Amino acid sequence: MKPNSEQDLAQLITGADGPLRIQGGGTRSYGHATGDVLDMSAMSGITLYEPGALTIVAKAGTPLSEINAALSAENQRLAFEPMDHRALLGTTGEPTIGGGVAANVSGPRRISVGACRDFLLGVRFVDGAGNIIKNGGRVMKNVTGYDLVKLLAGSYGTLGVLTEVSFKVLPDLARQTTLVLTGLDDAQAVHAMSAALSSPYEVTGAAHDPAADKTRFRLEGFVDSVAYRAKELVHVLAPFGIPSEEETDWAAIRDVSVFADQPGNVWRISVKPSDAPALVARMGAKAVQYDWGGGLIWALTDDGDLRAKLGDFKGHATLIRGDVDTPTFQPEAAPLAAISAGLRKKFDPRNILNRGLMA
Amino acid sequence: MEMPAPNASVLSRKDQIVSRLRAVLPDNAVISDEAETRAYECDALTAYRCPPLCAVLPSNTQEVAAVLKICHEMGVPVVPRGSGTSLAGGALPTADSVILGVAKMSAVIETNYPDRYIKVQTGRTNLSVTGAVETDGFFYAPDPSSQLACAIAGNIAMNSGGAHCLKYGVTTNNLLGVTMVMMDGTIVEIGGAHLDAGGLDLLGVICGSEGQLGVVTEATVRILPKPEGARPVLMGYDSNEVAGQVVTDIIKAGVLPVAIEFMDRPCIEATEAFAKAGYPMCEALLIVEVEGSDAEIDAQLALIMEIAAKHNPVELREAKSADEAARIWLGRKSAFGAMGQINDYMCLDGTIPVSQLPYVLRRIGEMSAEYGLGVGNVFHAGDGNMHPLILFDANKPGDLELCEAFGADILKLCVEVGGCLTGEHGVGIEKRDLMTVQYDPPDLEAQMAIKDVFDPAWLLNAAKVFPLASSEARRAA
Repeated sequence: MKPNSEQDLAQLITGADGPLRIQGGGTRSYGHATGDVLDMSAMSGITLYEPGALTIVAKAGTPLSEINAALSAENQRLAFEPMDHRALLGTTGEPTIGGGVAANVSGPRRISVGACRDFLLGVRFVDGAGNIIKNGGRVMKNVTGYDLVKLLAGSYGTLGVLTEVSFKVLPDLARQTTLVLTGLDDAQAVHAMSAALSSPYEVTGAAHDPAADKTRFRLEGFVDSVAYRAKELVHVLAPFGIPSEEETDWAAIRDVSVFADQPGNVWRISVKPSDAPALVARMGAKAVQYDWGGGLIWALTDDGDLRAKLGDFKGHATLIRGDVDTPTFQPEAAPLAAISAGLRKKFDPRNILNRGLMA
Repeated sequence: MEMPAPNASVLSRKDQIVSRLRAVLPDNAVISDEAETRAYECDALTAYRCPPLCAVLPSNTQEVAAVLKICHEMGVPVVPRGSGTSLAGGALPTADSVILGVAKMSAVIETNYPDRYIKVQTGRTNLSVTGAVETDGFFYAPDPSSQLACAIAGNIAMNSGGAHCLKYGVTTNNLLGVTMVMMDGTIVEIGGAHLDAGGLDLLGVICGSEGQLGVVTEATVRILPKPEGARPVLMGYDSNEVAGQVVTDIIKAGVLPVAIEFMDRPCIEATEAFAKAGYPMCEALLIVEVEGSDAEIDAQLALIMEIAAKHNPVELREAKSADEAARIWLGRKSAFGAMGQINDYMCLDGTIPVSQLPYVLRRIGEMSAEYGLGVGNVFHAGDGNMHPLILFDANKPGDLELCEAFGADILKLCVEVGGCLTGEHGVGIEKRDLMTVQYDPPDLEAQMAIKDVFDPAWLLNAAKVFPLASSEARRAA
C-alpha cells in the first residue's frame, strides 16, 4: 500500500480490515509492529521553504537528504541533528522526515538547542478512523488550541499517519571545533561536561566515550567567536585536565557508530546526567557511550531486559536493537499508561496503526 | 463574549460544597463570602467579570487533590488560576465554578546546578524562578512581559513566550516534568529531570492546554547559564516594507539575535510622548539584541549594522554602554503603558510568517481607517508574533464591540496569510469563537477528544478554548 495523497491515505485507512505497519524509509527496524506495510515514500517533496523566516514545510515521505540539501544551499540546517540509524541497525533505505518526527529523533545538539519536537511547528496527519487533521502551522509562536504537534512527535505512528510536517530551521554555523579531555572516569567526565554546559560558552555537544578515553566538547559559531570560547572553555575545564583541540566526527557520535559492528542489544537510556555513572555501574554493559552531557546513555548489552538491572530509576530505557521478547519501550506508571491508552483509543479506535509497537 | 448559563443545581448546593471544601483545607484557604470572591471575578481581560461560587487557595499537591476529588464527586466546575494575568480570559470564572488559585504554592523544591534544573511549586512567579538561581549565574529563559506577576502555573497553561524566544524557545521547550492533579483527584508525575520524557509526549500536550486537562502543582524546568552580556542596536526606517526586509536579511545572514522587536509609527509617537526615549520619528523602528562576550557582541553587531546600513536607515544607533542600552529598551518597555495613556486598548497576539509583515501592516492600517479606531503595532518581529494595540473608549457605548470586531478581522487576516490566532496569550474566551477560522471540525474534534480522556466530565475550565457550540454536547453530558 502506497498512498499518493492525503485523500488516498484516508480512504486506505478507512477501508483497512487489519493492522497497518507504517513505513517511511524503513531505516528504523526497532519495535514490533504487525500488519501490512503502509509505504509513505510516495508522499514526498518540500512544499515551502522560506530561509528568511527560518521555516521549511515538507511532505512526510520526503527523504531527509533532500531536506538537508535544500537547507544547506542556504546555509541553514535542522539544528536537532537527527541521527541516521542505518549503520547501527544494519538497514538500508532512505531516512524520511516523517519517520524522524514519528520517533522524535534528535542528536548530540539536543542538549543545547532542543529535540526534534522542539523544532516541529506543525503537522498534518490521518488518524486511525481516517480523519484528516492538522495542528500547529508554520509560525514559530503558536498557542492556538492544544499542541498535538508535540503529541504526534514521538508517537511512532500509533495516533496517526503523518502526511506533512513543518519545522523551524537555524543557521548552519560557519565553524566547529572540538576540545577533548582524556583520563577521566565516568563520574569525572559527567562533572566536566556539567561544568562546560553550565558555562556561558554555548557548548553544542558533550559526549564521553569510555573505551576511547575521550570526553568531547563541541563549539560552533563564527570563527572568532569559536576561538574565543574555546580559549575560555579551557579555563573552565582546567580542574579536569588540559584539553586538546581535535578534529571530531560528530555524525559518528550521533549515529553511535562504534556499536554498529559489535553484536549485542543496543539500549538508549535517558536520565539526568548526575545519575548516569551509577546507573552504568549497575548495567554490566559490554560498552557504553555518553551523550547529552551524560543525560543520554547508549549501552551495548547481552540479550535480556536491561531494565531488570536498572531497577526503579528516574528516566526511561528504549531497546533500539535486540531480541524480540523484550518490550521496546519503558513500561509507564499505571495512571500514565491509562491516559496513553485512552488517547490511542480516541485516535485509533480499531487499533490498526502500528499495532503492538508502543503498547 | 457569551458564557454558558450557570448550573442551577450547583448554585443551590453552594453551602454544602463550601463546607466539604472547608473540611479538607485550612480555614483561611476557602473564600466564599460574596464581597471577597469579587477579587477573583476577572483576570487581565477586565472587560469580562463574574464572581465564582467560591475560591480555594490550597498549599500543596495533596490539598489540590482533595479539592478536585470533592468537586469531581459533586459535579462542580473548576477554574484554575495562576496570578490572574491572562489577557485572554483564561482564568475568568463562571458563577457555578470554584476558582482554584495556586498563589500560596510558591516554594522552590529543588535546585540542581550540575543537571541544570529547578523544581518549583507552580504558584511561583516567573521572575522569581530566575531570582532563585541568578546569583549563581543561571536564569529561566521564557520571559513574558508580565513576568514580575505571572505564575509558572499560568505559563504552563498558556505555553507562554516572551521577547527572547527566538533563541531560547517558549515554555514547552524549557519544561522537563510536572506533578499534575487530574480532575478526579489522581496525582500523576510526567517527565522528570531527564530530557524527553518517555512514552507519548503528554508533557507537550499539557503545556498550552489552558488548565483544561489537569492542575499542574509542581514543575521541573531547565535553567540556563547566563550569557556574558547582551547589547541592543536601534534602527529606524521610512517604511514597514524596508524594516521587514532588514529582519529577513539579518536572519538569512546567519546571525541569531536573542530578540528583534518592531514598533510602527503610531506606537513610536505614543511612546515618545510618554517615555521620551529619544526614538527617531519614522515609520518603523527595530531593536535588535545580541548576546555573548564583548568581542562577540561587537562582531555580531558589526554584521547587523552593515545589513541595516544597506537599507538607508533614518537612524542607526548602537548602544555603547549599559545606560544607552537601557534607553533603547525604555521606549519598547513603556509601549503598552504609553498606549494606555492615550485610551483604553485591546492587545492582540496573532502570529504571521515574517515574510507577510509589510502586507499585514498595510492591511491593518486600512482596516483602522475603516473602523475609525486607532491601532499601534509593537511586536516580536523575529518570530512574527504581532501585538496590535487597538485603541477604544470603554465609556463610549458600542466602542468595545467595534474594537472586538476589528480585532477579530486582524486575527482572521493573520490566519489567512499562513499564521495563527494567538502566539503566546492563549485562546481563553477571547479567541474561543474564532477557532473555526483556523481549524476545521475534525481538527477541533481531535483536540476535544484529548480533553475527553483527561477530564471526561468536562469540569475543568470547560467554557474556554473551544467555540461554545462545538463543545456544548460534551459540557452538557
